[in-house]
Amino acid sequence: MSKQDDTVALAAALEHNRRRERLTRFWLLAPALLIILAISILPLGITVVYSFLTPGTYGGVTWEFSTDSYVQFLFQRDIFDDTLVFNSAYLSIFLRSIGLALGATIGALILGFPTAYFIATKPREQRNLWLFLITLPFWTNLLIRTYAMLLIIRDEGIINLVLMKSGILSSPLAILYTDTAVFIGLIYSFLPFMVLPIYASLEKIDFSLVEAGYDLYANRLKVLFHVIVPLAKPGLVAGGILVFIPALGAYITPELLGGGKKLMIGNMIAMQFGASRNWPFGSAAALILMALVVIVLLVNALATGREARGNG
Amino acid sequence: MKTVLRLLATASVVAFASSAAMAAGELNIYNWGNYTSPEMIKKFEEKYDVKVNLDGYDSNEAMLAKVKAGDTGYDIVVPGDYMIKVMIGDGLLEEVKPNTMENFKNVDPKWVDVWWDPGRNYSIPYQWGTTSFTVDTAVYDGEIDTLALLFNPPEVLKGRINMLNDMNDVINAGLRYLGYGRCNGNQEELREVLALLTKAKPDWRTMDYAIIEKLTSGDVDMSQSWNGAAMRARAQRPTLKYAYPKEGFTGWMDNVAVLKGAPNLENAKLFINFMMDPENAAMTSNFARYANGILGSDEFMDPEMLSAPEIVMPASAPAPDFVTPCPQEVVDLYNKIWTQLKQ
Repeated sequence: MSKQDDTVALAAALEHNRRRERLTRFWLLAPALLIILAISILPLGITVVYSFLTPGTYGGVTWEFSTDSYVQFLFQRDIFDDTLVFNSAYLSIFLRSIGLALGATIGALILGFPTAYFIATKPREQRNLWLFLITLPFWTNLLIRTYAMLLIIRDEGIINLVLMKSGILSSPLAILYTDTAVFIGLIYSFLPFMVLPIYASLEKIDFSLVEAGYDLYANRLKVLFHVIVPLAKPGLVAGGILVFIPALGAYITPELLGGGKKLMIGNMIAMQFGASRNWPFGSAAALILMALVVIVLLVNALATGREARGNG
Repeated sequence: MKTVLRLLATASVVAFASSAAMAAGELNIYNWGNYTSPEMIKKFEEKYDVKVNLDGYDSNEAMLAKVKAGDTGYDIVVPGDYMIKVMIGDGLLEEVKPNTMENFKNVDPKWVDVWWDPGRNYSIPYQWGTTSFTVDTAVYDGEIDTLALLFNPPEVLKGRINMLNDMNDVINAGLRYLGYGRCNGNQEELREVLALLTKAKPDWRTMDYAIIEKLTSGDVDMSQSWNGAAMRARAQRPTLKYAYPKEGFTGWMDNVAVLKGAPNLENAKLFINFMMDPENAAMTSNFARYANGILGSDEFMDPEMLSAPEIVMPASAPAPDFVTPCPQEVVDLYNKIWTQLKQ
C-alpha cells in the first residue's frame, strides 16, 4: 500500500468520524432545540398570526385577515365620525412607559453604580456576603415586595407616619398612586439587575490603573470618568438593558402603585385580552413592544460592534 | 433486594390508586376573589368528601378570557347576569338543569325567569346586589344620594375618590348622571360622557377593584362600590354611608354555573344543589354581605344583615337597573372612550 493511499484512507476515516460526531451532536441537541421551538417560537408564531386576525365578538378571534390591529395603534376609525384620524392615545401610553422605564434605568444606575463599586472594593472574602444581601430580595415574590412598598409609602405608611409624628409635615405626602410611586417601585424591583453586572465589570478592574491615574495628577472625578467608568462600561450597558426591558413591560408595579388611573404598556395589553375583548390588538401591541426591545438591543449591538472595530 | 423492589412497586401502585381516588373527589371553583365563604366550602368538603380548589378573578371579562383560552380545569364559575347570557350564547356552559334539582324549590320565584337564563336551565342565584358608591360622612356631611359626588365632587372629596376599574360601571354612571340611556351608541351623547369623565378624572385618586382595602386603609374617603363591599368596609370604618343616587344605580346578580367539559361534572352538580340550600346560601351571604335569592335563608343570616342599610333599600330609592349586554359596536365605542380616559 502506498503512502498516498494511507493518507486518503485516513482522511476518509476522519471525515466519517466528523460526520458521525456531527450527527450525534445533532441528536443530542434535538430535545433542547425542540423545547426551545415549542415554548418560545410557537407561542410567538401564534401571537403574530392572531395580530393579523379580526377580534371575535366576546374575545377570541375570527379567522379573517385584517391589518386593523396595526392601523388601530396610530389611527382610529369612526369613534365619532367615519374618517381615519391620528390617535395619540396608544402612542402616549407607549411614550409614558418608555419615559418611566428610562427614568427607572437612570435611577437604578445612580443607586446601583456606587453600590457595585462599594462591593467590588471590599476585601474578597466579604464580597460574597454583600452580593448575597443584594440578591436577598429575590427570595420574596415580586408581588409581595411591591405590596410592601405600597405599605411603606401610603398616606398612613411608615414614611408619612415618621414625618408627621416628628412634626416635619402636617399632612401626609401623597406619593402613592402617582407616577413617582411607579418610578420608586420600578427602581426598587429591578435595582439588583443593575448592581450585579456592574459589579461583575468592576471586579475585573485592575485597580493599579486607578493608582496610575492618581500618579498622573488626575483628580478623583477624572479617575472616575476616564478610568473606572470606561472599564465598567460593559457592565453599565448590560445593567441598563436588564433594567430597561423589564421596566418597560412592567405590569404589577403600575397596577398596584399607580392606582390604575393611567395605563402602562403591560396593563394596556392585558386589558385587550379582558374587558376590551380585542385579542388581535393585544397581540399587535405585544409585538410592537417586542419590536421596541429588539431595536434597543440592536442599537446596543451596533454601538458595541463599532467600538470593537474602532479599538481593533 | 427483590423484596425492596416489590415493596417499592406496591407503594407506587398504592400511591397511584390513591391519587386517582383523590382526583375523583375534587371540585375546582373559579369565583370572584374574596367572595367565597371558607366555612361553606369546608361544609361541602366534609359532607361529600370532596376536595375543593378555589381560584379567583376580579372581573367577568378576565374570567371569560381565561375560560375562552380553554382547558382551564375549572368546574364551577360564578359569572354576572349579562356574562351568563354571553357564555350560554357561546356554548361555554353545561346545561345542568338546576330547575330539576331537589333544592330548586328554595329559589325565590322572582329570580327564576330572569332574562339571562329564563327558567334557570344553566345557573342558580349566588349573590345579588347593587353598584353605587359609599362615602365617609365624617369627611363630607352633605347630601350623598346624587352622582354629582363622583363627577363634580365637593372640595373635601377631591383627590379622595376611588372609582371601580370597570369600563361599564364608570361609563354607565356617567350616562345616568347626564340622563342618557345605557348601552348607548349615540355618538353625540358619548362625546359628552367622555368630556364629563375626562373633567372628573383629576379628582379621582385611583381606579381599582380593591374597594374595601382602599377605604379601610384611609387611601380614599369615597369609593364607587358594590353594596356588600360597602358593608364590609363599614364594619371597619363606621362613618361610611352607602348612597342610593337619585339618577339611578346598577343592579346585578352573580350566578353559579358549570363549565362545559367540567372534569368533575357530578361534584359540580352536587355543589349547585348544595348552594340552593338556605343554610348554605346564608353562609355565603354572611361572608360576602350580599342578599342571595334563596327563600328561607333569612333565619340563618346574621341579624345585622337583615337591617343593614346597604341591603335593605330605602323606599325613596329608584329601582336598581339591571344592565343587559351591549352590542359589539357599543362595546367598541366604550373601549375607545375608556382608552382615551386612561391614556
